[in-house]
Amino acid sequence: MQVYTMFDSDEKGVQVMDQGRRNALRMASALGLVCAGSLLGPMRAFAGEWKANSFEAKGLANALKELGVDSYTMSGEVSVISAEIAENGAVVPVSVNSAIPNTEYMAILIEKNPNPLSVAFNIPEGTEAAFTTRVKMGETSNILALVKANGKWFAASKEVKVTLGGCGG
Amino acid sequence: MRLIASIFAALITMIPLQGFAGNSSTDEIAKYRQLLADGNPAELWEMRGEELWKKKIGPQSVSLEQCDLGKGPGVVKGAYVELPRYFKDVNKVMDLEQRLIHCRITLQKLTPEQAAAVPFGSTGNPSDIEALVAYITAASRGMKIAVSTTHPKEQAAYELGKRFFFYRAGAHDFACATCHSKDKQRIRLQELPNLLNRTDAQNTYSTWPAYRVSQGEVRSMQHRLSDCMRQQRFPEPRYASDTITALIMFMAKNAEGGVYDAPALKR
Amino acid sequence: MAEPMRIRAKLNGDTVEVKVLIRHDMETGKRKDPSGKVIPPHFIKTLIAKCKEKTVLDTVMGISVSKDPFLSFKFKGGALGDKVTVAWVDNTDDTRTDEATIS
Repeated sequence: MQVYTMFDSDEKGVQVMDQGRRNALRMASALGLVCAGSLLGPMRAFAGEWKANSFEAKGLANALKELGVDSYTMSGEVSVISAEIAENGAVVPVSVNSAIPNTEYMAILIEKNPNPLSVAFNIPEGTEAAFTTRVKMGETSNILALVKANGKWFAASKEVKVTLGGCGG
Repeated sequence: MRLIASIFAALITMIPLQGFAGNSSTDEIAKYRQLLADGNPAELWEMRGEELWKKKIGPQSVSLEQCDLGKGPGVVKGAYVELPRYFKDVNKVMDLEQRLIHCRITLQKLTPEQAAAVPFGSTGNPSDIEALVAYITAASRGMKIAVSTTHPKEQAAYELGKRFFFYRAGAHDFACATCHSKDKQRIRLQELPNLLNRTDAQNTYSTWPAYRVSQGEVRSMQHRLSDCMRQQRFPEPRYASDTITALIMFMAKNAEGGVYDAPALKR
Repeated sequence: MAEPMRIRAKLNGDTVEVKVLIRHDMETGKRKDPSGKVIPPHFIKTLIAKCKEKTVLDTVMGISVSKDPFLSFKFKGGALGDKVTVAWVDNTDDTRTDEATIS
């Protein structure tokens, strides 16, 4: 298990932040946005925890076990949105959302991938339980959206077929 | 890709739209592409390209900001939809990539080798040219494709491109026209544009360059056509050759009036 | 060296929609290069977004997030002109922070 604190004000961190601010300003002005120019103070109080056990778990059952899921209920209030067919398994668009009150955590798992867990979100107060991202799929598989709310686990799943396309338009 | 190539000839001609997969597959792939359209990684190339355009490099520390892409020194907006075009200073027709290399040599004093280095990027070896192309083409988004063939050299480039389009050669006796001169041809699930049909030509030409999800890179028109040469078993064209520029001229003219909408996102 | 992110933050009613594009190879560590050598894993592990010191997104990722990742999410409590800051750290401890102004 590794714990990362991202915003310690060591030299590297500060340097990166300065560069980030400069680029962000440049970007913001390119977008025609107003820039107040406030400083990005060192951001602390974050400990995003990347657990090797869960990300490296092989097979859906093991991945769920590592996430601490004994059992889950399929729920109509959870949804997975993607295409029926993915033209390229390396980039499969996925949206997951949960209408269950107090959803505090969501994860996306690709059932047939060697390591099913793809990405997980801790959901702070005020943030919607709705995310869109893109994942890699080795083959046709179910995509599972796993939700934790009020200490219980819920899920929804959708099958996405992965094809090989032609020569790229 | 080798697999694709090996079944290429067999699949190319005769699988109609209502073949094994049917229209619903086509619709679902359209949906897949639509879901990806929001948040095109090509924007990251556009950002880097803008930085490179303004970055002072070379022995005399000069940026590309005075590069004349055809609409006057430094004019980026709308330049791409009028390319390829005749340039008086070199007395020839150039496409965007040839012109960029020209500016890198004449303005930034790079050697020809440096100016054309890494035309196509790969993991860990990004291409400055692809980033610059992404930036410049994006500045023509929403504008109509309007290349000129009024100058005799532009007309000549168009005619050469047309000849090349129909020129059959290579181990498979293929031409560009073999795949791209009839409606509703396809490879596997991929429909092939008929580049002699205005709508198809517009839809195709207006969506290159593109971020290719299969390669994780923004690919330029030069790259697209080089890959076509490979797929039809032609010798690999020299990067930024006049023949490829002529072919681009032919395609651009066929796409005239199409609304430019790239860098796009493709398979 | 990490390249800049592209961040857009747009206010719709009382909700801010954030879209983030990241330039990152997201190498799985399972691919081989043309010479047969395994390409070492290189992927983002954690990503966090903040607005006015408050965490609005806290994410952990694995190798199966696509190359050049895209992420979109929505939160309440942001106003026009506020900044949204996004930071990631990858498995080589490389990191990158960028920000955008809510528009």
